Amino acid sequence: MSGMVEKRGLSYWMIHAGMILGVLLIFFPIWLAFVASTVSQADIVKPPMPLWPGDQFFENYRRALFSGVNAPVAVMLLNSAVMAIGIAVGKIIISLLSAFAIVYFRFPCRQLVFWLIFLTLMLPVEVRIVPTYEVVARFGMLNSYSGLIFPLIASATATFLFRQFFMTIPDELAEAARVDGSRPMRFFVDILLPMSRTNIAALFVILFIYGWNQYLWPLLITTDPQMNTIVMGIKQMFPSGDDFADWPVIMATSLLAMIPPVFVVILMQKLFVRGLMESEK
Amino acid sequence: MDKRVTFRGWLLPAALVLPQLAVTAVFFFYPAGQAVWQSLFIPDPFGLKSQFVGTGNFEFLLNDPFYRASFVTTAVFSSLVTLVSMGVALWLAVLADRLIKSSGTYRTLLIWPYAVAPAVAGVLWLFMFSTRVGLVAWYLGLLGYEWNHVLNGEEAMALVVIASSWGRISYNFLFFLAGLQAIPRSVIEAAAIDGARFWKRFWTIVFPLLSPTTFFLLVVNVVYAFFETFGVIHTITSGGPQQATTILVYKVYADGFVGQDQGSSAAQSVILLVVVGLLTIIQFKYIERKVHY
Amino acid sequence: MATITLDNVHKKFGDTEVIHGVSIEIAEGEFIVIVGPSGCGKSTLLRMVAGLETVTAGEVRIAGARVNETEPMDRDIAMVFQNYALYPHMSVFDNMAYGLKIARVPQPEIRDRVAAAAEMLQLEAFLNRKPRELSGGQRQRVAMGRAIVRKPKAFLFDEPLSNLDAKLRVQMRLEIKDLQKELGITSLYVTHDQVEAMTLADRMIVMNEGVAEQVGRPLDVYSNPGTEFVAGFIGSPATNFLSAEAVGESGRGAAKLGIRPEHARLCKPESGFVRGRMTYAEALGAETLLHLRLPDGALFTLRQDGGGSIPHEGDDCGIIWEERNQLLFLPDGGRL
Repeated sequence: MSGMVEKRGLSYWMIHAGMILGVLLIFFPIWLAFVASTVSQADIVKPPMPLWPGDQFFENYRRALFSGVNAPVAVMLLNSAVMAIGIAVGKIIISLLSAFAIVYFRFPCRQLVFWLIFLTLMLPVEVRIVPTYEVVARFGMLNSYSGLIFPLIASATATFLFRQFFMTIPDELAEAARVDGSRPMRFFVDILLPMSRTNIAALFVILFIYGWNQYLWPLLITTDPQMNTIVMGIKQMFPSGDDFADWPVIMATSLLAMIPPVFVVILMQKLFVRGLMESEK
Repeated sequence: MDKRVTFRGWLLPAALVLPQLAVTAVFFFYPAGQAVWQSLFIPDPFGLKSQFVGTGNFEFLLNDPFYRASFVTTAVFSSLVTLVSMGVALWLAVLADRLIKSSGTYRTLLIWPYAVAPAVAGVLWLFMFSTRVGLVAWYLGLLGYEWNHVLNGEEAMALVVIASSWGRISYNFLFFLAGLQAIPRSVIEAAAIDGARFWKRFWTIVFPLLSPTTFFLLVVNVVYAFFETFGVIHTITSGGPQQATTILVYKVYADGFVGQDQGSSAAQSVILLVVVGLLTIIQFKYIERKVHY
Repeated sequence: MATITLDNVHKKFGDTEVIHGVSIEIAEGEFIVIVGPSGCGKSTLLRMVAGLETVTAGEVRIAGARVNETEPMDRDIAMVFQNYALYPHMSVFDNMAYGLKIARVPQPEIRDRVAAAAEMLQLEAFLNRKPRELSGGQRQRVAMGRAIVRKPKAFLFDEPLSNLDAKLRVQMRLEIKDLQKELGITSLYVTHDQVEAMTLADRMIVMNEGVAEQVGRPLDVYSNPGTEFVAGFIGSPATNFLSAEAVGESGRGAAKLGIRPEHARLCKPESGFVRGRMTYAEALGAETLLHLRLPDGALFTLRQDGGGSIPHEGDDCGIIWEERNQLLFLPDGGRL
């Protein structure tokens, strides 16, 4: 390891070797989970388990998807999708609207509204979990999609992001639109929304993953297995006593649980990286 | 910072902020206020009425050895998670940064564990270290090491730390790599011409220039370890053995939902609220500083 | 086409007044340039006419009707911005058509009007491009086109050429002048560049610190500046100012004497009104600028024909001018 300038030679291949080792280590748990999802329970309960996929792939995934342990995983996948998309879309819509109002209008109490919204910036649902549960219970929103979605869109991260973005749009653009005869909502729809396309998409990726990966909240408010989301449903598959867990089905479910968000990340890597960098600025 | 141009009227903007305000009021301010309110009371055992105790809940908590232990556990846990995930990520990022052409490929290969839910990561690692079927536990057994995180608190801690750090490595890697790539090549080349060898260059030039990224990740990872690792803990150890892995957030849940001790749980929420508040202030200070650059 | 009237217009931002009462009557089809240094309030004045800023006191009238409370869109004006303010996600065609679409002009007419404007501005080939695919000059033309298709009562230009390079600026200046003549639309044009002001304006308003120091035809303003500020601001190289005392002109209360570079000549040291030591010369070909150091240390610039003889550096010279060309100013900056 001597120069930045020399790029071939031994050190170059050492670096590659180091990277590949890192990648393999990161991959290993997933590989093992995949193998476990393709073999039979018998292969697993007698350690060491095999390191190469078996022939039970279809059987295990079929069992997981259509019968599961408490509820079919297909149902949980649907619930997760509704929750994740609901959170992403809902949060983007209310954030766009309020960021537009805060940036482009001067209305009474604007500063107050601004601070009220931004107080929520970093407070995760985990912190106010008990009282939030009570509110949702009082509204009769336990075991419902709205109960899964609404408490998680009550934070200002997206609003803050859109506000930052709107501030970078030149004033002249709004002025030109005004001179062109554009009323506020027309400006919002014709100019602001199309210009925010990439930001909206990037945020959607981030929020989708955020929503999909929620654990504690669905754990609390969905007592009906038919309303379980997949991420929290996995834990429910473990037996409470001394019985062996049904590992092949659990691992198949784990893989099913990670496929949608991983797929989104890899497919939209550029947007995702951008969204991540922006949302943490 | 304000826009020079604005639209007139107040009815429309009021209507525009209404959805967010309503959701925030109902699902954020009201519950947060409730947490503060409830933290001042102790409900009777039948939940029929409650008695005002002022700061009693807080005093009780701060004198409660379990709660203090949980504080220590949280500190140990979040320091370890931050250290492990940032250390590995920095190491990989430094390597990847030297491979200019293929760093993009490695980024793709390393990025996606971010998308794996902490709870799922917990299940994956639990599977590997399971005392009955775990492959790693089994091989450790062959080597003569009896792995049992169900009974051994330190092993339990190690396992939740690894499982929590695993997915986080991608996130930190991404930011470290971006930070490294933002350092002008000319600065590093100048140092190379000055005769500084790689590690010398790294510690004297690269690492100081990377410090804004490092500081930012430090705060973000602490927040992550504090709040978002609930899923890992819950799936792997459920806070055990003997509360060895009961971090603060887990305790709020355990006391509030499992133990049904509302006053205490609420008081814990309030304490966490303060902790998050402090972290937020630190982060905002950081953002401000970045803006001033 | 319409008249524009500013009647004692004031503007306050909070407690600070930035426009201290400006009045002007602009005739139909007239090209008015507001010129002044940055921060003089010229853009604010324009934006008040556009309706982008409220009027604190006084009245703005377009075609005789008070428009103080009228929204920009209802004033029937078009504006060209310094950074063009093109909608980045819309094609050139859509940028130009946007205002018409909002006004619910029928599709065929929109197409015709955009086509006509595009032809006038040689933009036909670019109608489907996005603004980011255009050069600076082409963007500038699109911004003009967006104004033209509206067929407004008045054009408002806010430093439209300042983002272009020098050569393009000259070319676009001529194009704007041509267009305005052809269309005959009343225009209000803001710039800090006095060359633009001189070449474009039918009449110009020289502004300083929120006050219209002088309103008049460019050559009148140049040859007969109303204040010390105007004399110094209009003309390049700038007017030389001497203390009236030093040249024996303080008699009638004058504090300063201004003399334009082209009005001064060199002579023998003993016969000049003032002496100067030759510092350096800039020979530009057609003309030569001579810079002399006066006894009090100030620089004096003198412009002579390219053919004239140039003194050596360090030579002592006399400077002389005809008395009818000298401009005398009072201590408060007013013209004597």
